[in-house]
Amino acid sequence: MPELLQTEAPLRIVIVGHVDHGKSTFVGRLLNDTHSLPEGKVEAIAASCKRRGVDFEWAFLMDALQSERDQNITIDTSQIWFRTPRRPYVIIDAPGHKEFLKNMVTGAASADAALLLIAANEGVQEQSRRHGTLLSLLGIRQVAVLVNKMDLVGFDQKVFDSIEKEYRAFLERLKVRPLAFIPMSARQGSNVAAPSPELAWHRGGTVVEALDGFQAPAAPTELALRFPVQDVYRFDHRRILAGRVESGSLKVGDTLVFHPGGKSSRVASIERWAAPPAQEARAGESVGITLAEQIFVERGHVAAHAGDPMISSHQVHARLFWLGKKPLEPGRRYKLKLATQEAEVELKEIRGVLDSSTLETLPGRPAKVERNEVAELVFSSRRTLVMDNYDLHEATGRFVLVDGGQACGGGIVFGEAYLDEEKAGSTPTEIYFSESAVTEAERRALKGHKGCVVWFTGLSGSGKSTIAKALERELIQRGVHATLLDGDNLRFGLNRDLGFSAQDRRENIRRTAEVARLFADSGAVVLTALISPFREDRAAARQVAMDGGREFLEVFVDTPLETCEKRDPKQLYAKARRGEITEFTGISSPYEPPERPDLALRAESQTLQDCVTAVMDLVLARIRTKG
Amino acid sequence: MDNLDKLENQSIFILREAFAKFENLAMLWSIGKDSSVLLWLARKAFLGHVPFPVVHIDTSYKIPEMIEFRDRMAREWNLNLVVGQNRGALEKGETFPLGRKTRVECCTLLKKDALQATLEAKGYTGVFVGIRRDEEGTRAKERYFSPRDKNFEWDFKDQPPEFWDQFTTDFEKGTHIRIHPLLHWTELNIWEYIHREKIPVVDLYFSREGRRYRSLGCAPCTGSIESAASSVPEIIEELRATRVSERSTRAQDAESEGAFEQLRAQGYM
Repeated sequence: MPELLQTEAPLRIVIVGHVDHGKSTFVGRLLNDTHSLPEGKVEAIAASCKRRGVDFEWAFLMDALQSERDQNITIDTSQIWFRTPRRPYVIIDAPGHKEFLKNMVTGAASADAALLLIAANEGVQEQSRRHGTLLSLLGIRQVAVLVNKMDLVGFDQKVFDSIEKEYRAFLERLKVRPLAFIPMSARQGSNVAAPSPELAWHRGGTVVEALDGFQAPAAPTELALRFPVQDVYRFDHRRILAGRVESGSLKVGDTLVFHPGGKSSRVASIERWAAPPAQEARAGESVGITLAEQIFVERGHVAAHAGDPMISSHQVHARLFWLGKKPLEPGRRYKLKLATQEAEVELKEIRGVLDSSTLETLPGRPAKVERNEVAELVFSSRRTLVMDNYDLHEATGRFVLVDGGQACGGGIVFGEAYLDEEKAGSTPTEIYFSESAVTEAERRALKGHKGCVVWFTGLSGSGKSTIAKALERELIQRGVHATLLDGDNLRFGLNRDLGFSAQDRRENIRRTAEVARLFADSGAVVLTALISPFREDRAAARQVAMDGGREFLEVFVDTPLETCEKRDPKQLYAKARRGEITEFTGISSPYEPPERPDLALRAESQTLQDCVTAVMDLVLARIRTKG
Repeated sequence: MDNLDKLENQSIFILREAFAKFENLAMLWSIGKDSSVLLWLARKAFLGHVPFPVVHIDTSYKIPEMIEFRDRMAREWNLNLVVGQNRGALEKGETFPLGRKTRVECCTLLKKDALQATLEAKGYTGVFVGIRRDEEGTRAKERYFSPRDKNFEWDFKDQPPEFWDQFTTDFEKGTHIRIHPLLHWTELNIWEYIHREKIPVVDLYFSREGRRYRSLGCAPCTGSIESAASSVPEIIEELRATRVSERSTRAQDAESEGAFEQLRAQGYM
């Protein structure tokens, strides 16, 4: 539509500063001096002031809500539009009161640039510093500092110079370099849109000039691709991955690698509705893509190009600001949201806590992070998270921490910590197991016994399942919570993707051992019936249980091969002999009998009942609770 | 990427976040220009589909063209339309001005209470609403994802923070979250987008005999403005020049100081 040029995107400005340093007055004045007020607004407020019997204040313009006028504090983020000859702006008013820091963060996080107000008569205050710290953590790079209320100090250059010196030094420690320092008076309109004779000594221009000097934000199309998957849709018989390209670009035909996991597939198409067909999607675009090779992808995966690794870890090294009512402390669980990933995490280590107003590191080793503090921390997650160093990729380098359903903290990822680990030759694979809130003793009291793992091993047809089933029944009848994990059954579900190669058998056992241990943790007596032919794999299964502090009883069902083959209940030996099944234990793959089993059963010469009783005696002795 | 592209992409992102996180979603549709743009954006986000019900709260006082438009679009766009109404209040005649209710009381009964009853009956936990920050002061305070408590109330003084495109998606049983994908749009953006995308809107927005509606609501409480704008480009030209606020023709806002704020805190859209 050439005859109708689009309205330009406004530059988003946040105005922060200590309470009562004149933010609302400044905004009212700025709107007025840039001729941005709706018709009748000033008159309406003047009339309202008259009714209330108070003097007209520019600040009332911002106080859109009744309760704000009552409290005399701006309590939430509002947005107000204005324009200069150069371009439109939207002001996000951010409250200065300490109680409302979370609103300040909400407003400031979405800003392209910030104006930081300091009252000349009061100088740099706690919130002036705190807000500076938050702006730097929130990633606001463009800042101008306005020294307001110069009229109250007689427009004295010395006052201005000393505030500038002090605050510049503070911001320098945060690596924030303001684009301008401007002496001004909002009440009198000095140096807002027009220069003022009283401030002729200052050569740095007006606030409006500083605003017009800020750069409009640009989507990071030049960076490497990051495409976090938001969702997978199955519309019109097609599988479409929905998401926003956070940086870089992707093209039809590109091979994408999905992290974590590293599976790859080519982009078959880029999907949009009621839009011209596209071969490319660039940073900032919300699109759908289809893949040429169908791989498992879900919300939380992040696509990147091959050869461009992301950090993939159970640990998150971060600098974080905390806004929660309750302190952030080790031992409690939080939800971490990073791009479209969500994970339950625990605070593992507090490396240091800073007072965000003084930037001083608190002495000693703080046990928790209090509200409004900034800390360097290590979190551990139960699932693998993929992320980037914040300096390289904003969208995948920062996260929000949720406590009790509310966002309570924001963190940026410290990539250097991972580099150190890489240099040290160790991949960050530590997994942290969260402590359950229910104690072992409580579980025992509930069931009347401990949990344990009873691992049956033996050839196919040796009688493992038959004995285990009978044992399960007997234990249940005695009030013991027993449960059977049968190898054949597990292959229908948990292990259905596994075959019978040595590698798959190992994985089969690893998974079964993990599941058994979890059941045992919950207090159950777990019986497993798997051939589990290799000593090493059984040793690994024992280790899994032992690591969890669970008893592991290895029961060898020692039935000779000839007998098993003669029984051949599933006709498997026959098939193996004919070569229809490969890698069959005892025929084409070895069975390594246990050297020192906890119990060996000669199922050939013992009755089923004898076998069951023998195992039962062993199990009951081991699971009995004391006291 | 131009300004409308940016606005559109951000809205699609929000729609998709909500769709990924809420099982029982619905979209409110007032038949006005904003919620019609919102429906269009839903089709953009879900590639031609609107994969949740669209709820219209019918006060029975809507201007008749609006209902005709609603039913026509619902057919054309294959919408799952749910109509909510406070029949009890209508039967008892508790309305403005005939039933001696104030405008605000009437809004509370026919809109807010009808909405609450519909949401409760259907058990929606996430509700898309097409409000914008530039409409008026209390909407400017909103979040993209805005929790409502069990009594439907909005505690604007104690809202969870919202930053870095991570939204409040946890809620307790019996509560719901309002989702506002158009929060960052302006009235002008809406019309520019309608123009670019050729989105159908009710004819009431266009000038007839020198007057048109700038904001649509119930017939007794919504006034028209003097205007010669009879096409979308003419409306855009008109809005670029105006310094009068959009809701100036909505009489319920002006009934008392803070009237609209009160309505919103209680659960109005």
